[in-house]
Amino acid sequence: MATSMPTLAGPGAPPVALPEHDPKAANFCGLHDVPEEPARFALPGWLPWLGGRLIAGVATIFVISLIVFVATQALPSDPARVALGPEATEESVLTLQRQLGLDRPLPVQFAAWAGKAALGDFGTSLDSGVTAGSIVSDRLANSLALMALVLLIAVSFSFLLGVSLARRRDGRFDRVAMTTLILFKALPGFTIAIGLILLFSTTVFHLLPAVSLLDPERSPFAQPIYLILPAVTLVLTLLPFLTRLIRASMIETLEAEFITAARLRGIPDRRIIWRHAVPNALIPTIQGIAMSVRMLLGGALIVEVVFSYPGIGNALNAAIEMRDIPVIQAITLTTAAGVVLTNLLADLATVLVTPRLRTARNPRLRAGTRARLKLSAGGV
Amino acid sequence: MSSRDPFVRKPFWRRGPLRDRQLRIGFVFLLAVLIFALAGPSLAPHPYDALVGPPYGAPEGAAWLGYDYLGRDVWSRLLTGGRSILWMSIAASLIALAFGTLIGLFAGFAKGRVDQTVVWGTDVILAFPDLILVLLVVSMLGREPWLIVITVAIAFVPGVIRLARSVTLGIAGQEFVDAARMMGYSRRHILLVEIMPNVLTPLLVHLGVMLTWAIAMLSGLSFLGYGVAPPAADWGLMINENRAGLMIQPWTVLAPVALIAIFALGTNLVAEGAGRYNARIEER
Repeated sequence: MATSMPTLAGPGAPPVALPEHDPKAANFCGLHDVPEEPARFALPGWLPWLGGRLIAGVATIFVISLIVFVATQALPSDPARVALGPEATEESVLTLQRQLGLDRPLPVQFAAWAGKAALGDFGTSLDSGVTAGSIVSDRLANSLALMALVLLIAVSFSFLLGVSLARRRDGRFDRVAMTTLILFKALPGFTIAIGLILLFSTTVFHLLPAVSLLDPERSPFAQPIYLILPAVTLVLTLLPFLTRLIRASMIETLEAEFITAARLRGIPDRRIIWRHAVPNALIPTIQGIAMSVRMLLGGALIVEVVFSYPGIGNALNAAIEMRDIPVIQAITLTTAAGVVLTNLLADLATVLVTPRLRTARNPRLRAGTRARLKLSAGGV
Repeated sequence: MSSRDPFVRKPFWRRGPLRDRQLRIGFVFLLAVLIFALAGPSLAPHPYDALVGPPYGAPEGAAWLGYDYLGRDVWSRLLTGGRSILWMSIAASLIALAFGTLIGLFAGFAKGRVDQTVVWGTDVILAFPDLILVLLVVSMLGREPWLIVITVAIAFVPGVIRLARSVTLGIAGQEFVDAARMMGYSRRHILLVEIMPNVLTPLLVHLGVMLTWAIAMLSGLSFLGYGVAPPAADWGLMINENRAGLMIQPWTVLAPVALIAIFALGTNLVAEGAGRYNARIEER
């Protein structure tokens, strides 16, 4: 069978003397006739992409601010009258209208409002008289502390759980864990919160405070007892989503050909998992974390209200009750801008850790990556 | 051994999608909640807004779940309070499905500029966490039930658009679409008759997923006090009203929480089972 194949040197042919390999030789085998390119400084290929994304992000935030403005100031219901309630006198309504600038034409109102908002000036709270910006920054610090804690616990725990479930795929542990996760995925956050309160604070045990009365003078981390129940609730709402994401991505990676190749080369199992599979399986997790931030910003609102945690969600709830328009505008706009920024950072991180995208002329994240995540993410 | 006989037709719960045990359990949960919510109002021993006992009164006799913060019968309110969340969550998901499918089909078929603009538009709406978008509108426009339904639908539309669009992109390149185009069919015919039936299956699975979100969102909204106005009976509202009495009379809160949980869990199990069934069919 070897005879029929055209070979360079048949079994009987005399050995061909190949030139000695000399990497320094300029013209090795006559292949390197191309003049050497002078080394030049090249901008990374993803930089223009980032520029485009930044512009798109600014445009998105502009449209978001338009939506917030239309929803709060431009709708047919008169915000001044809404804010003051039905018993307000005509005079006070007119004063408030002037104070909010409602007597001017709508485009002028929007330009003035957006211009100030871009500089962080959202006006004065109608309820407390402090600037809306200061309310947001105070409360945001508490919320961010809670969110950071929750993300840290949820991501690291779901990472370990997801990887070990993927390794024991379809085993008993995997099945029990997946069923439990479905349970927590299905339950709305506030039902978990109330369940935990009944269990740990009011009815069964009396271990933890049901209400998070944070001392505003000290950092939330200095008062961990108030953080436990809200944090556990939010971790439980995030855990199913993140664990299933990491498990699925790990299973997909373990079935890839380069893992089989590594196995065939006799690389020990532990090394295959942690050095070959995990880094690749982690890429979708970056987008998953961005999606978790969005879920937290919505879900934290209800959980903060349940525990009276003094965060941004509770502030929004109170502002809506008081019809405190500047605070509502400030919080919704900050939240949405935060989501846009998180998505941008996640996309940038994805590009930077994926060699194929990092070196591409025009990195293109797979369309619908976020959509698919959204499908697997829970609601509130 | 007759149950293993391959020539005996298996009973219906061992065939088709119901072969999935989780889906079967979810289906039973869902059915139980549906019957409870739909038949409940006519079974309630007291009117839902009648003061029949002491505030936070302990369970006794017919009022076996006790009385709420005003002294209304918790059992009667529980029986009456399921209808609102039922019809609102179904309506919101269906509206989102209808509009999202049409927009997504159009965007995926048109490609290019139109497609990019639509995707960017969904990005804008997705920048708002669902609940905050709904709160923003409901707090300003009032809490009419149909308004809440429409706002929740708007929050869900981007997900449907993205899904419909990505499925359409995959299908629009197939031969049968080219064939239809060469046979001279109009764009509308190709879109609605040739492509849409192929998009519908994953979207129906997504409908179930949306339903679970809608249940979480709507019960959350009425828990926050922006849903159905009191004195109406509504599970989320009952939790909100009686939260202060959690120490004295936990049943007033626990009962509606349990019903919402069973409802959400049932929908979730059915939606996930449907997704698995769909994936199995596609593999074949």
